Amino acid sequence: MSTEVLRRRPRRSARTKAQPVVALVLVAVLVGLPMWLVVVTAGKPQGEALTPNLDLPSQWQLLDNVREVWTRGRIPSGFFGSVLVMVPSVLGVLLLGSMGAWILARRSKRRYAVLYAAAISGIVLPPAVVTVVLLLRQLGLAGTAIGMIGVYMGIYMSTVIFFVTGFIRTIPLELEEAARVDGARPLTVFVRVILPLLRPVLATATILICLYVWNDVFYAFFVLGGRLDTLPLNLFQVASAGLYLNNWHLIFTYVVLMSLPLLIVFVVAQRKIISGITSGAVK
Amino acid sequence: MATEHETVAGAAPGQPAPDGLPPGGSGGKVSRTTSAERRERAAHPGWFLAPALVVMVVFFFVPTVFNFVYAFTDWSSFKSEINPVGFDNFVELADSGTLFASLRITVVYAVLVAIFQNVFGLILAVLLERDTRLNRFARAAFFIPVLMSALAVGYIFQAFLKPEGALNALIGALVGHEVTTAWLGSTTWTIVVVALIHAWKWMGLSMLIYMAGLKTMPGDVLEAARIDGASPWKAFWAIRFPLLAPAVTFSVATALLGSMNGFDVVQATTEGGPARTTEILNIFIYRTFGQGLFAQATTMSLVLFLMVALFAFPVIKILRRREEIL
Repeated sequence: MSTEVLRRRPRRSARTKAQPVVALVLVAVLVGLPMWLVVVTAGKPQGEALTPNLDLPSQWQLLDNVREVWTRGRIPSGFFGSVLVMVPSVLGVLLLGSMGAWILARRSKRRYAVLYAAAISGIVLPPAVVTVVLLLRQLGLAGTAIGMIGVYMGIYMSTVIFFVTGFIRTIPLELEEAARVDGARPLTVFVRVILPLLRPVLATATILICLYVWNDVFYAFFVLGGRLDTLPLNLFQVASAGLYLNNWHLIFTYVVLMSLPLLIVFVVAQRKIISGITSGAVK
Repeated sequence: MATEHETVAGAAPGQPAPDGLPPGGSGGKVSRTTSAERRERAAHPGWFLAPALVVMVVFFFVPTVFNFVYAFTDWSSFKSEINPVGFDNFVELADSGTLFASLRITVVYAVLVAIFQNVFGLILAVLLERDTRLNRFARAAFFIPVLMSALAVGYIFQAFLKPEGALNALIGALVGHEVTTAWLGSTTWTIVVVALIHAWKWMGLSMLIYMAGLKTMPGDVLEAARIDGASPWKAFWAIRFPLLAPAVTFSVATALLGSMNGFDVVQATTEGGPARTTEILNIFIYRTFGQGLFAQATTMSLVLFLMVALFAFPVIKILRRREEIL
C-alpha cells in the first residue's frame, strides 16, 4: 500500500499545481476579456469606440461619457423607477410568500397539497405577458408601478413559496408549540418564532429575486410600455432606438453604471451571498 | 406525518370538524384525528395563505386563463371590438410556417443552453471545489455575469463578436492573418453562439448549485475508493457524479425552462436574425405585440405556455419528489 501512495503522490501534486493556473487562465479569458472590453470602451471617445476593440483608450474620458449618459439615458429617473418597483415587489413577495408557505408546510389536508402544487407552478410556467397587459388595462393599472409590482409578485411568488415551504418543514413543530402554550396567537407565532428562523432562506430568495427584477426588461416592456423608466428599459430603448447606434462608448458606460449597484452589494456581501445560494440550493 | 393526516377520512374538505365529540370518546380514532385537525387549523389559519393566493390569481392565473380566450379572437390595436375567430390564428401561424419554426428554434435553443450551462457549471464546480483564496476569487468572478443584466451581456457579446471586433482581432493575432468571421451572421450556427452566450451568463449559478451538491459528498466513501485504488477520474464518474443527481436535475430543469422563456440575450445579440433563424417564441411575441397584432402574440404566448407545461409536469414531479427525500 505504501508503494501505492508513493506512486500517486507526484500525479496528485501535479494536479494541484496546475489547478491555480487553469483557474486563473479561465477567469482571465472567460470573464476578464469581456469585462475589459466593457471598461475600456466605456472610457473611449466616440471615434475610437466605433468598432469596439481591446485597445486602451488614447485618453480616458469615462467621466465625460458618464455625464452624457446620465442625461441622455435618463439614469436618475431610471434608477428611481427601478428602486420604486423592486423594493415593494421583493418585500411584498417575501412576506406574503412566507405567510402562505407556513400554512402550506404545516397543514396536511389533501386540499393543501393541491394548493401547494398550484402555488409552485409559477416556477416553471411562463407568465402570460400579452394578456396581463389587457388585464392591467381593465384594472387601470397598465403602465403604473403598482401594476408592475403586482406582476413581479405574481411571477416570483412561486419561487418564494417553494424555497420557504421546504425550509419550514425542517423547523420542528415544538418550537411553535412552546410559544402557543404561552398563549401566543398565530400571528405572534409567525412573527416571533417563524420569521426570524427563515432568515437564511429569505436572504437567498432576496438575492435571486432582486437579481431578476433589477435586470428584467421583458416583462417591464409589456407592463410599463414606456410610461415609467427603469434602468434596463432605458438601456433597451436607447440601444434599439438607434440613438446609441455606433455609440458603443455610451452603451458600455450605461452597462457599467447599471451593473454597479448589484456589483457593489455583491463585493460587500460576497461570502454571504455565495454561501447563501449554495446552502439554499442544497435545502 | 403527512400521510397520517391525509387518511383523516370522514370530514369533507371545508367542513368544520364536528364539535362536541369528547376527546377519546367512543369513536376513539376519528375524534382524536379531528381534534388534532382542529388544533392544526387553529394554529395555522388558512387566511395566512389568502394574500399570496390572491396576488397569484390576479396577476398570474387570470392572465393565463385570458391566454386561452384571446388566442381565439381577432384582438388587435387596429380596431376597438374583439370578435371570436376560432382557430384562425393557429391555422395562419401554422400555414406560414412560423409556428413550427419558432417552436423548433425555442426547443433547440433551450436544449443547447441547458447542455452548455450545465457542462460549464459542473467543470467549474469541480475545478474550483477546494476552499482556497484563489478559488474563492474565481467563484466570485464567475458569478459576476449572473449579476449582470442579460441585455447588457447581449450587447457586450454583440460588440465582442463583430466581424471586425475584438474576438476576431485576437484570433487574427494568434493565427497570424486577418480573421473576419461573422459570428452572429450564420443562419445555421448563430443559434449555437447565442446559446453559448446565454450559458456563459448563467454558468456561475449552475456552478454554485453543483458546488452545493459536491459539498454533501460523504468523505469516507471517497477515501475508501481512493484506498481501493480508484483513479480520481473513475472515482468522480462512479461515485461523485451519481450522488450529484439531485443537483443535476435541479440545474438542468431550471436552465431548460428558463431559456425556453428567454428573451434578453437573443434580442440584444441578433434580434431574432439572421433570417429569423434565432427567433425564439418570446422574440416573436415581442415583435408581433409591437406591430399591434395582439391576438397573434397571445396565440404564441399560449403555444409557449402549452409547450413549457408539457415539459413542466414531469419537472414539478421531480422537484416535489426531491423535496420529500430531504
